[in-house]
Amino acid sequence: MSAAGGVALGMVGGAIRISTPFLFVSLGECLTEKSGRVNLGLEGTLVMGAMAAYGVAYLTGSPWLGVLAAGGCGVVLGALHAWLCARPRVNDVAVGIALMLFGVGLAFFLGKPLVGPTAPHLPSVSLGWWSGSGQVRSALQVNALFVLGLVTTVAVRFLLRRTRWGLIVRTVGESADTARAMGYDVARVRQLATMAGGFLAGVGGSFLSLFYPGSWNEGLSSGQGLMAVALVIFARWDPVRCLLASLLFGGASALGPALQSVGVTSGYYLFNAAPYALTLVIIVLTSSRDRALVGQPAELRVAR
Amino acid sequence: MGIGVTIGALSPATDKSPEAAALAAAAAEARRAAWRRTIESVAIPLGAIFAALIVFGIFVALTGRNALAVYHEMYRGSFGTWFSFQNTLQRAAPIMLTALATAVPLRLGLVVLGGEGAMVLGGLAAAAIGVHLHSPFAVKLAMFVTGALVGGLWVAGAGALRAYRGVNETISTLLLNYIAIALLNHMVEGPLRDPASLNKPSTLPIGDDNMLGNLPGLDVHWGLGFGLIACLVAWFLMQRTTFGFAARMVGGNVRAALLNGLPVRRLIVVATFLGGLGAGLAGAVEVAAIHGNANASLVTGYGYTGVLVAFIARANPFGVIPVALLLGGIGASGGLLQRVFELPDATVNVLQGVIFIAILFSESLYGRRWRRPALAVSA
Repeated sequence: MSAAGGVALGMVGGAIRISTPFLFVSLGECLTEKSGRVNLGLEGTLVMGAMAAYGVAYLTGSPWLGVLAAGGCGVVLGALHAWLCARPRVNDVAVGIALMLFGVGLAFFLGKPLVGPTAPHLPSVSLGWWSGSGQVRSALQVNALFVLGLVTTVAVRFLLRRTRWGLIVRTVGESADTARAMGYDVARVRQLATMAGGFLAGVGGSFLSLFYPGSWNEGLSSGQGLMAVALVIFARWDPVRCLLASLLFGGASALGPALQSVGVTSGYYLFNAAPYALTLVIIVLTSSRDRALVGQPAELRVAR
Repeated sequence: MGIGVTIGALSPATDKSPEAAALAAAAAEARRAAWRRTIESVAIPLGAIFAALIVFGIFVALTGRNALAVYHEMYRGSFGTWFSFQNTLQRAAPIMLTALATAVPLRLGLVVLGGEGAMVLGGLAAAAIGVHLHSPFAVKLAMFVTGALVGGLWVAGAGALRAYRGVNETISTLLLNYIAIALLNHMVEGPLRDPASLNKPSTLPIGDDNMLGNLPGLDVHWGLGFGLIACLVAWFLMQRTTFGFAARMVGGNVRAALLNGLPVRRLIVVATFLGGLGAGLAGAVEVAAIHGNANASLVTGYGYTGVLVAFIARANPFGVIPVALLLGGIGASGGLLQRVFELPDATVNVLQGVIFIAILFSESLYGRRWRRPALAVSA
């Protein structure tokens, strides 16, 4: 196979593999931000989720129980975030940073004994059965969580656009005063949206420890949770575009390793910065000082 | 007039006029309010830290260790002995400087997380320039100026994007941190690599003559002096100059600042530049005082500790000094906790996280106990 084909295949495989945590975290962030609240602490949720999933999967032997535990951690951290943000004069950006530091620290603390033992992995689905090439088949070994992520994408979009709950969440995100006048409890809606977002972010973390890279250690996350906020801006608060953005990010993250596998090693570290640089460039190009971003919930402060 | 009111307040019985009595009461109330604010600004953070220590103590107790013994060791490992106190001071120095990268822009209402990236690149720039000069004085001067400038320009870039393009500064500085670390790795693995550094790719050493020495009579390098001076200068700038006043006005109400004709955009760029100077200097100090060259050890997390310090100090550069000492002390005690209690090294991160959460929660307590009930009709 040609080198360019190898790089392209590596990037497709990498996009699918690496994008899954990005997808779940950005869907969670999207849901939370639609209610007018930003959660910058999803990195902590992600790492806690990864740790809890690994621990529970190791102890019970069931990776799916691990995924549930990861989601549960996310719900708890989301509830804490929402409760703190509902206090008067508390800065929600700062709360996010605090919970990021706290979540990552707690995960490393509690996860110390989990460095070493092997937990069962999540199953994967082969979508490359039609190809005779081993490379193609290994690139299309798609994890079950990715498939679940696709379903969740559609579900979140349907929930936000076509259901009564989605309408309430969007109303709270667009105008808290209107929502209050209609008799909705703004703090309560935001709390539930933050908890649901935390659940998704926790599930995204379980992918890291239970499939790829597939073990628990302290260097597990490379900032996927932090990137979620940038990704959601990039995706213009639309779940389906979150999916596309995640795939693009996964592909950009896979660029360095894919080039390395065909012998291009110079500039490896610069290629590692590709997803971050790409996001920055896109945000700079699409921002304007005169108007809010298209699709941005009006109550949201971070994307101003 | 003010004095008369004060006297009236002290001896209300000698003054029969109802207006004077009302004025006196109002003045007394205002003085009491000022006192309360002063007491609050000290008591609430202290109370929050105390509450965080209790919560963390319960957490430690749940892991089957004696919380009081853990705190005793923490004290010994941070402030209890001369040796450990010097270690604390050494760690506090870069934290003071990185905290300024967040604290100064925070006064304008900007949440900048770029201290880590500015520190990394400041250190890299300092190491790169350090090897190309020969007189020790010129090397040191060039290292600190270059390091600080690179850090300043790096964060000011995010400030300019915010001011002229509307790009959210929290997100751009976060992305810039990752890009800075990638640049560091690229430079020390490639163009700037010392061929002799095998296991840990580094730049060429700056040489023993060019290293930053210790403060007189102490086993603590000059970085502490830089940190203290930078915090005091920043405090003076923010509290006692028209620039600081304008910056705080932007933080209080952007619209009012614009209506008053303040150059808000330029203030944003200047404030982010000044904050970044501190973080860049922190990187240069780490290179010149500790590592002697630039390598991956520059990625310490001090930038994120600085964010925490800036928020606990409520963006007051003077407050940064004691808070940086506290967090430097917590960091310094980590090794001892690991050895004595077999606690994981992330223990100090958990404690920092708990303190941060408690401090943020305490923001909601200001003015609560003493605020007079608002009249129902006043709205």
